[in-house]
Amino acid sequence: MIYILQQALNALQLGSIYALIALGYTMVYGILTMINFAHGDLFMVGAFFCFLIAVYLKLSFVPTLLLSMLGVASLGVIIERFAYKPLRNAPRVSAIITALGVGLFLENFTLALSPYPQHIPTLINSTTWNLGGVSVSSLQIIIIVLSLALMFILDFIVQRTKVGMAMRAISWDKTIVPLMGVPVNKIISLTFAIGTGLGGAAGVMYGLAYPVIDPYMGIMVGWKAFISAVVGGIGNIRGAMIGGFILGSVEIMVAAFLPSTYRDVVSFALLLILLIFRPYGILGKPHPQKV
Amino acid sequence: MNREILLSAKNLTVSYHSITAIQNVSFDIYEGEIVTLIGANGAGKSSTLKAISGLVTYTGNISFRGKELKNIPADIIVAMGIAQVPEGRGIFGNLTVMENLKLSTWQRKDKDKITLDYERVFSLFPRLSERKRQLGGMLSGGEQQMLAVARALMSDAHVLLLDEPSMGLSPVLVRDIFQILREINQAGKTILLVEQNANMSLHIASRGYVLETGRIVLAGTGKELMGNPRIKEAYLGG
Repeated sequence: MIYILQQALNALQLGSIYALIALGYTMVYGILTMINFAHGDLFMVGAFFCFLIAVYLKLSFVPTLLLSMLGVASLGVIIERFAYKPLRNAPRVSAIITALGVGLFLENFTLALSPYPQHIPTLINSTTWNLGGVSVSSLQIIIIVLSLALMFILDFIVQRTKVGMAMRAISWDKTIVPLMGVPVNKIISLTFAIGTGLGGAAGVMYGLAYPVIDPYMGIMVGWKAFISAVVGGIGNIRGAMIGGFILGSVEIMVAAFLPSTYRDVVSFALLLILLIFRPYGILGKPHPQKV
Repeated sequence: MNREILLSAKNLTVSYHSITAIQNVSFDIYEGEIVTLIGANGAGKSSTLKAISGLVTYTGNISFRGKELKNIPADIIVAMGIAQVPEGRGIFGNLTVMENLKLSTWQRKDKDKITLDYERVFSLFPRLSERKRQLGGMLSGGEQQMLAVARALMSDAHVLLLDEPSMGLSPVLVRDIFQILREINQAGKTILLVEQNANMSLHIASRGYVLETGRIVLAGTGKELMGNPRIKEAYLGG
């Protein structure tokens, strides 16, 4: 029982990181119907920003997190402006291939600057408590609480603010939105900033939990987060959060009870099975476009 | 008539790649008028409206209150006072009726007047008031058309461009919509109405233009056009 509780806590930590990254995939898909396959690598860049800021500017956790998020968000906006925007009316396949290219560029650019894995210094002096046999670290609590807080803020923005309303309108039909007086390009840039910023935050938190970082760390995590977004229903914000926690739980539980090498097989099998029975994901709906 | 020209197009040409949608189209719309642009499918009616709203690139000129509109982004054109009710109504099905209306106030800062405008719009369309919290996608075709017009009103535009508001609606609903357009016009809005339904639109329009395969082939007052034998045969069913 205690073992299961311990694993549930681990699942919550991993799940919240997947959920944060999955949000970036789902937001971009929602407004542009493209999969930003560079998103996992932006997560990696977030971890590297964290490393650079912590080592060279010697800032503490909160400013490091905020600056890293800002850095990744700016990079996301620049990538959208120069790599994706010219392809907005091109077939989606072209945009997706471009995204893969951007991802490879980010990996290799980082590799060129940092050929060896780096170690993120300790930003949070984590204390570990023993609660009836379950060990809980303050770092774990910070990661989970902070991720949930970011998700609540995002959900509020999307559901309750005028900007969020514009984002939802764009996801329905972006050709009509300018006729409402809404500057579509600005909203798309903002969506990229928020989505990639959350990915950057996930990179920082992942880097604190697993401090050895390398330019390829975003690939597998990115795929897992992408699966999370699809499992939850791509384009659906709450679905991405749910999908992240499901995938985190599945992985941790598989590793806890089965040989840990089964972990990735099970994640990808989950995606394949789900796609057969519920191709739109858990919360996704087939988009009934009235003509 | 020495009224002010509000909206004017000169030698407007719109092409998509190598296909020309409209060619050398020119027209003037005076303050307070209802002008209709009639024509069959593919005559270039929607392209004309898209050009005015800044959704497509064009050669030639469009000016509004004497100001050249070319290269002005679509959202700013709305802010200047030109709203479009697009073909197929363009309701955001995932947004509530209220959110659909709210979105079109994006460019406005006059909070007090916005509140007044909501009241005005809801008294004009009581059905929308009953359905404020419903998703746009749940509305019937007629209600969606009303919402589309209401949305254009909420942007506080001076000129309303309407792209086939009668499309897909029953004759009774079409009559209702046209009656409301007339009321809106009497309340001070200038209207450019694009229609296939020539009978209804010439009826309420002060002037009309006939568009055929991308060119204006006839122009005149609503009465003149209704009496024109060629129009009678081609658009009014003999």
